[in-house]
Amino acid sequence: MTENEVVRSLAGVLAAAGPVIFGVTGETISERAGIINLSMNGTILLSAMGGFAVSLSTHSLALGFLAGAGIGALVATVVAFSSITLKQSQVAVGFVLALLCRDLSYFLGNPIMGQMGPRVSLLPIPGLQHLPLLGPLLFTQDPMTYLSFILIFLAWFFIFRTRPGLMLRGIGEKPAAAYVRGANVGRLRYFYAALGGAVAGLAGPIYSLSVKAGWKGTISGLDGIGWIVLAITIFGGWSPFRAALGAYLFAFLQWLGLVLQPSLPGVPSQVLQVAPFPLMILTLLLVNIGQAEWVERTLARMPEPVRRDLGKLLRAMNVTPPAALGTPFEKD
Amino acid sequence: MRDTPSRRVLFQVGAVVLALLVTTVVLIAAKAPPLAAFANIVQGAFGSWDVTSNVLVAWVPLLLVTSGLLLTFTVGLWNIGIEGQIILGGIFATWALRVYGSSGMSPTVVLILAFVAGMVGGSLWAMLAGALKTFGGVNEIFGGLGLNFVATALNIWLIFGPWKRPGVASMSGTLPFDQRLWMPTVTPQSMLSVPTVIIAVAAIAIVYLMIQGTYFGLRLKAVGKNAKAAYILGIPTWQHMMASFALCGLFAGVAGAVQVTAVYHRLIPSISSGYGYLGLMVAMLINYKAAFAAPVALFFAALNVGSIQLPIVLRLDSSLAGVLQGTLVLFVLLGHGVRQRVLKKPQVVS
Repeated sequence: MTENEVVRSLAGVLAAAGPVIFGVTGETISERAGIINLSMNGTILLSAMGGFAVSLSTHSLALGFLAGAGIGALVATVVAFSSITLKQSQVAVGFVLALLCRDLSYFLGNPIMGQMGPRVSLLPIPGLQHLPLLGPLLFTQDPMTYLSFILIFLAWFFIFRTRPGLMLRGIGEKPAAAYVRGANVGRLRYFYAALGGAVAGLAGPIYSLSVKAGWKGTISGLDGIGWIVLAITIFGGWSPFRAALGAYLFAFLQWLGLVLQPSLPGVPSQVLQVAPFPLMILTLLLVNIGQAEWVERTLARMPEPVRRDLGKLLRAMNVTPPAALGTPFEKD
Repeated sequence: MRDTPSRRVLFQVGAVVLALLVTTVVLIAAKAPPLAAFANIVQGAFGSWDVTSNVLVAWVPLLLVTSGLLLTFTVGLWNIGIEGQIILGGIFATWALRVYGSSGMSPTVVLILAFVAGMVGGSLWAMLAGALKTFGGVNEIFGGLGLNFVATALNIWLIFGPWKRPGVASMSGTLPFDQRLWMPTVTPQSMLSVPTVIIAVAAIAIVYLMIQGTYFGLRLKAVGKNAKAAYILGIPTWQHMMASFALCGLFAGVAGAVQVTAVYHRLIPSISSGYGYLGLMVAMLINYKAAFAAPVALFFAALNVGSIQLPIVLRLDSSLAGVLQGTLVLFVLLGHGVRQRVLKKPQVVS
């Protein structure tokens, strides 16, 4: 591979990570507010199909993206309704929606399967696109990829640097305290669940109108992405920067699988495509293992210098979820 | 209003009606004739003995995984890794048939070995998810999902690599086993094998009795209701979680062995056929009560089999079955919530 090809491939990796970043950021917002939206796999498939169908019939990309966001918000609202208003298990309802929306997308998308539709074109940034290396890498992308770069910073700034962001963290960590401070916990949770769902819902049209343009039913290759999104949200420790890192790592690994394919003829392509999954388990293991009791006990028995360094390493990788994640809030 | 058994039934009926309504709307949105579609599903599931026997063929693995899942749900765990556990059951059963099939042992013994191997495979894969949860702090949902994808990859690698058909490997699976090693079926053309039906019925009976009538079941329930309290009362918590994982994987492994020995007579890439996820839906629909598992699993199996011919007859995608199943479970879950909000528990008169 020439240097040029490498840069172009890496630019492709950045673009492929775009929808994952939207999904992970949406889920992060929702989980920060205390709502696990487990429907992500169905949400992304249904919004991909819906966004493509709308674009196909209206010839408008914008309406396609809007439809994707709308579907995401709608599905998330069902999760919020069942958990906030009806006090049902978020995991159960989310899982059912993950399967239901997937089947809905296959059923309703059947007539438009394989059709050629509109797709987002590249939008090189004038002046910056000719920069050596950075030009082709960062500034010769399509608009949604630029938005994915901006979204990372925007989400971080909102969550950690603004008052509403503080309140968002509050209703996910200590809803009772936020309630005392005057927050309407139920209404805010509804809002952030829907907002997170809308952001994640954009991931669908980004696939069907750009990264993997078109709708090909069960062979669209999107089944499973939503589950990865949920895992990266944990890996990301509910922080947009670390989550983005996870998304880029995932996209890079998938690309690596494709590149390595010709040099490993004995291995079917389906095997290399799952390479990120064992790695996902491993990373989840690494970010969680520091909390396990037996690890603490083993550490305590080690000589002081080793213990200090190992402990520091484990703590650095360790992430803790929002304290009230998945639990209903009762004001009494 | 009070919460009485008759009102509870009313809510369940309401959920079924709503699910049918929503599915009808979906059909109209897809410009399909709703009545013809529903009639086609019924026809496809019960129109002839052939298709009805196929419903039973689907019922067996579905009931097996549902039985296992009731144990993990009782202890408060979400065993999403069940798909992978079915696959490993299928892989291990295939391995046993390959190793002992030509050893001169009687076919019955070889088939029993295959089922035992399937149990071991499913159980080990489930215990891996359990170990990740217990010793690594990895949530069983994500550990299980990851292991599902790994199991799928392992399966495809075996089919395309070490166990490939002589000549060319293909998505159609490994070379079929010798006919001696097929589970006996009711007729030579049928895939319905009476022994597997007996195994599935025995499985749900065992789980029902285990949960209702044994101290082990009681301890599982205690851990599921409040793990911390159970631990303080002296119940070894993680050991019980691990045991429920192992048992659930065992049932899933049997389902995999059934798929390999009685249905496909070889290992295929989609050996689990989505029965694991469907079993999770069945368990949710019956509110984790073993008594209703058999009829509801039969209903779901009928929907799956009944929708197979939809693409040919009405040019509709067969995922309609999933749409109907999903809306049904969703409305039943929402119905629980509405009921708890609207109705009060009946007063206990002492």
